[in-house]
Amino acid sequence: MITADLHTLTGSYALHALPEDEHAAFERHLDACGACAQEVREFTETAGRLGLAVSVRPPVELKTTVLRRIAFVRQDAPHTPGRPGRAGSRARRAPWSRFALAACLAAAAGLGGVAVWQHQQADDAQQRADMAQRQSQQLADVLAAPDAKATATTLKNGASGTLVVAHSKNQAAFVASGLPHPPAGKVYQLWFNDAGTMRPAGLMDPARTTEAVLLTGQVDQASGMGITLEPTGGSPAPTSAPLALMDFATA
Amino acid sequence: MKEPVHISGLASARPDLPDLLDRVAQGDQQAFSSLYDVVAGPVLGVVRAVVRDPAQSEEVAQEVMVAVWQTAARYRRELGGVMNWVLTLAHRRAVDRVRSAQAATARDHKAALLEQTPAFDEVAEEVDRRLEQEQVRRCLRTLSELQRQSVTLAYYRGLTYREVAELLTVPLGTVKTRMRDGLIRMRDCLGVTA
Repeated sequence: MITADLHTLTGSYALHALPEDEHAAFERHLDACGACAQEVREFTETAGRLGLAVSVRPPVELKTTVLRRIAFVRQDAPHTPGRPGRAGSRARRAPWSRFALAACLAAAAGLGGVAVWQHQQADDAQQRADMAQRQSQQLADVLAAPDAKATATTLKNGASGTLVVAHSKNQAAFVASGLPHPPAGKVYQLWFNDAGTMRPAGLMDPARTTEAVLLTGQVDQASGMGITLEPTGGSPAPTSAPLALMDFATA
Repeated sequence: MKEPVHISGLASARPDLPDLLDRVAQGDQQAFSSLYDVVAGPVLGVVRAVVRDPAQSEEVAQEVMVAVWQTAARYRRELGGVMNWVLTLAHRRAVDRVRSAQAATARDHKAALLEQTPAFDEVAEEVDRRLEQEQVRRCLRTLSELQRQSVTLAYYRGLTYREVAELLTVPLGTVKTRMRDGLIRMRDCLGVTA
């Protein structure tokens, strides 16, 4: 495609109206075309005004849910070098190498971990990057703990799940792959099984079909874990039949 | 009358946003909470315009806000305002959510899409007193019909330019240039400088 043609795509690009292949091609062009980049900046700002014009008042629960979720999301490390006085936090938040993560998953979850990783590789690059960045250090610690033990199962909806428990950390992690997207307004919720009483242990990201999550809270006396479909935001107690009940591995 | 909606415009909240986002990037949850209050309404508005289904819209809006927390360090002041950075992310996620489903059923929606002016007019009934919206409405009226349809079908409906071309039965090249021409007019009318 000749440059003049590409240049007319600034509008479509800023409106996110380019099909995937052309989007990538145009971004390569952008790197070399300062005038296009400037126009795209202006158009993106203009599109933002179209967005502002349809602003609504969000429901209060949305904020509660978001604030709860971010507590478990690892942040990207700053790219800009030399932010004054931030050396410590910079090191703390260095993003996890996804290969290190894969190694941990494989070691902790056996072949199941490898399968999860291969599944992830099939996802697009952005998802993969996000995936790796989302893993908290705690999750990695559980998966890599010397006493980590894994139990694998197949959920009622056909997904495979691996439950990893590390009693030395008093924590557990759940690795799912091939999870169907939950129906609109629903989310997968995890539970600790305290002798038949289900204790909330966090939500799975509804947008992901493959995910490793740290169960929220301590294992304590729990003998295993359950997973159910709940309304968005989760429930204090299960409101549907479990998709799977898994016991922590004991040997 | 629906609930009043406060304007968290590009100008009104601008002074604090880059600093807030900077603190968010350093893991400050309080700063994130303040940033949320400013951007969540516009984010949900954009997502809802594109995704339509209220429950799915909230899910996507959630993802967007979590992504803001997660990727705050990637923001570059020199590339534009914080609100715009967030709204670009929101629109991208919303479009990603609907695009595959929409392509499969584009034909079914064809009549519905053409029947009415996209999202904008519907929403206008609810929030028609807002200054920002008035400005955008006024400026949209300065566009030719084809420019306006091209821009709004893409932005508020999440259609690709190819889908817009098919829907309006005009050549691909025409849609591309109308999107660009439409945005140039909007940019100039709204006084956008970037």
